[in-house]
Amino acid sequence: MFKIDSLNLDFMKFRRYALILSAILVISSLGILMTRGLNLGIDFAGGNLLQIAFKENVEVAEVRNVLSEVGQNNAVIQAYSDKGVMIRIKAGEESVRKDVLSVLRENFPGLELLRFEKVGPTMGAQFRSEAFIAVILALLGILIYITVRFQFRFAVVSVLALLHDSIITLGIFSLTGREISLPFIAAILTIVGYSLNDTIVVLDRVRENWKNLKKWGIVNLLNVSLNKTLSRTVNTSLTTFLPVLAFFLLGGPVLANFSLALLIGIVVGTYSSIYIAASVLSEWYLRKPQS
Amino acid sequence: MVKRDRWRLIIVSLVIVAALVSVFPIKGRINLGLDLKGGAHILLQAKGTEASPLTDDSIDRLLAVLRNRVDQYGVTEPVIQREGKDRVIVDLPGVEDPEAALELIGKTALLEFRKVIQATTSVPPGPQRENYDSDEEFQEASLRWEAAREEIQAMEKELIARSETMEGTLVTKDDEGRYYLLGSPLVSGKDLQNAQTQYDNLGRAMVTIDFNSEGTKLFDRATADNVGEQIAIVLDNVVISAPVVQERISGGKAQISGDFSPAEAQRLSIMLRAGALPVAVEVLQNRSVGPTLGEDSIKSGLRAGLIGSVLVVLFMLLYYHLLGIAADISLGVSLLLVFAGLISLKATLTLPGIAGIILTIGMAVDGNILIYERVKEELSSGKTPNASIEAGFRKAFTTILDANVTTLIAAAVLYYFGSGPVRGFAVTLSIGIVASVFAAVVVTRVMLQVMMRGKQTSSLVRNR
Repeated sequence: MFKIDSLNLDFMKFRRYALILSAILVISSLGILMTRGLNLGIDFAGGNLLQIAFKENVEVAEVRNVLSEVGQNNAVIQAYSDKGVMIRIKAGEESVRKDVLSVLRENFPGLELLRFEKVGPTMGAQFRSEAFIAVILALLGILIYITVRFQFRFAVVSVLALLHDSIITLGIFSLTGREISLPFIAAILTIVGYSLNDTIVVLDRVRENWKNLKKWGIVNLLNVSLNKTLSRTVNTSLTTFLPVLAFFLLGGPVLANFSLALLIGIVVGTYSSIYIAASVLSEWYLRKPQS
Repeated sequence: MVKRDRWRLIIVSLVIVAALVSVFPIKGRINLGLDLKGGAHILLQAKGTEASPLTDDSIDRLLAVLRNRVDQYGVTEPVIQREGKDRVIVDLPGVEDPEAALELIGKTALLEFRKVIQATTSVPPGPQRENYDSDEEFQEASLRWEAAREEIQAMEKELIARSETMEGTLVTKDDEGRYYLLGSPLVSGKDLQNAQTQYDNLGRAMVTIDFNSEGTKLFDRATADNVGEQIAIVLDNVVISAPVVQERISGGKAQISGDFSPAEAQRLSIMLRAGALPVAVEVLQNRSVGPTLGEDSIKSGLRAGLIGSVLVVLFMLLYYHLLGIAADISLGVSLLLVFAGLISLKATLTLPGIAGIILTIGMAVDGNILIYERVKEELSSGKTPNASIEAGFRKAFTTILDANVTTLIAAAVLYYFGSGPVRGFAVTLSIGIVASVFAAVVVTRVMLQVMMRGKQTSSLVRNR
C-alpha cells in the first residue's frame, strides 16, 4: 500500500512559489469580489423565493415568458431538475408572490409549490449585519484562543491561512455568480473552523519541535513537522471531503451551494495548512528571528 | 488490565447502553424542523398607528387573536410567541397549504359597514385588437378607454378632496377599480357574535354573520336610515361589495357575498370569529416548506449520510486495517451519541443540521487518524507497542483538543447568531464535535485494549 509516512518532501523549497500563487489567488479573488460583487440571495437582499415542481418537463425560457406577463422580467429562474425550478424575485411584496403563482398556475396546471420564502428588506439588513458581526466575533475568539495556546506569531499565521481560505471561497462564488445565503455564512464559519483545525495540527507539531530550532534551522524544522503530519492532513481531508461530496451530489438543491462552499473550503484549507501558515512563518522568522 | 482501564470500559459501556436506550426506537423521538416536516415559519412586525399604538397590552391582544385564528384553522402544536419588543414569531408545523396559512395570519381582518356617499363606475377591461376589424377602430376604442380611465382617476382626486372636508370618511376602491367615498363606520367586526361559511343556491360561497346585541341595534338603525341606498362592506379598507339596502334588517344577521372561493370564505369567517388584529402587522420573513419537499430532504440526507459513512468506513479499513475497525466502531458510537444528544437536549433537527451530521462523519475519524499516526511514529522510534499506544494517545490528546476547540468556537458563534435552520447546523456540529472527541479518545482506547487482550499487540499495530 501507498505509504505517506515514509515520504520526506521538501515543502519549504517551494514556499516562495506557493506564497506567490496564493497572493495571486487572493488578490484576484479580492479583485473579482470588488468588481463583480456577491450574488446576495434573498436572505440578505430581501425578496421572494419560490421552489416549484411542475407536472411536465418545463424549459426555463417558458417560465420566463410566463413571468414577463406579470412584469417579472428580472426574476432569476434556475432549473434544478427537469421539472423543478427555483425562482428568485428581488421585490419583497406579498402581492408579487401571489401574481407570479396565479399566472404560473394558469399556464402550468398541476404545479406544486414546494417551498416559498420571503425576506423583507428590514430582515435582510438585519441578517447582513448579524452575519458580519458573527464572522468578526468568530475570528476574534479563535485568534484569542490560539494566542493563549500557542504564541502570537502562530495566531497571526493561522488567521492569515483562514482568511486566505475564506477569501478564495468567496472569490469563486463571486466569479461563478452563485448565491450567498444564510447557510453560506455557516459554511464560511465552518471552513474557518476546519482550516484552523488543519493548521493547528501542523503548528502543534512545530511547537513540539521548537526546541530543536537552533540545531535544525527554521526551514528544516517546518519541513519535518509538515512531513510528520502529512498523512494525517491528507487522510482527514479525504474522510471529510467524501461525505460532503456525497451530500453535494445527493442532498438536493436546497443546500447545494452550502456543500459546494464546504468542498472548496476543504480543498483550499488542506493546501493552506500545508503551505500558507508554514511558509509565512518561515519567511517571518528568517527576516526577524525571535529571541 | 489496570484498574483505571476497567473503569474506562465500564463507563464506555454505560454511555453506549444509555445512548441506545434513548435513541431506539428512533421514530418520532427527534424534533424535526419545519424545513424537514413541512410548515410555515412567519415573523411578523407589529405596526402601531396613532389610533392603535403599540403597547404591551396591544401586543398581548395580538398574540391572543393570532392564537385564536390558528387554533380555529386546526394546526397542531403551533408556536406563537413574542420576539423582542414588537415582533411575533408564528410557527405552523405540518400545514398542508402554507400560502393559505399566511393569508390567515397576516390579514388585519377589520370589517366595517359604511354608507356609500359617492361612487365612480368601474374601469372596463382594455380593448383587445382581435375584437376589432381594423387598426383605426381599435385605436379609437383605445382612446375611448384611455379617456374613461382618466375620467375615473380625476374623479378619485375629486373624492379625496371631498373626503378631506368630511370627518371620518374614507376613499377606497374595490377589485373592479371603482372608487368609493364612504361615510364613517356604522357597524364594525367587533360587534359580531358569529361568522359562518354558507353557500347560496348557485353554490357560491358566502359568509353569514350574526351580530351581538350592540351590533344588532347598530345594524338595525343603519339599515333603517339607508333604505334604497348603498352600504359598503369594507374589509381592511377594501370594498368587498356594496349592496343596496332593500329594507330595514332588525334580526341582527347579514351576508357578505363577494367573489369568494370556498377556502377564502372559510378563512374570512375564521378571521371574523377570532376578531380583527388590534394592530396591523407586516410579514418580515416567511419560510414555508410543503410536506413533500421535507420528506425528500430527509430521504436524500439519509442517502448521502449512508454513502458518506460507507466511504469513510471503507477508507479507514483499507488504510489502517485492524485499527480501522476500531475507528469505524468509534465512528458508529459518535453518530449514536449525536442522535442521543439531539434527543436528550430536545434539539431540533433541520436540513443544515443533517449537513452538520454528515460533516461530523468525516471529522469524527480525525481523532483516530491523529492517534494512529502518532502511535506509528512512536513504534518506528523503537518503543514497545504498549508504550507506543500509551504515548500516542497522550501526545495526540492536546492536538485533538486544540483542533476541535476552534471549530467549537465557530459553532458557538453560529448558534448565537443563527436562526432556525442555521442554528440547527450549529447544534449538530457542536454535539458532533464533542461526541467524536469522546469516541476517539475514550472509546477507541477501550476498543484497542479489548482487541489487544489475548492477541500479540505487535500484530495489531504493526508498522505497515
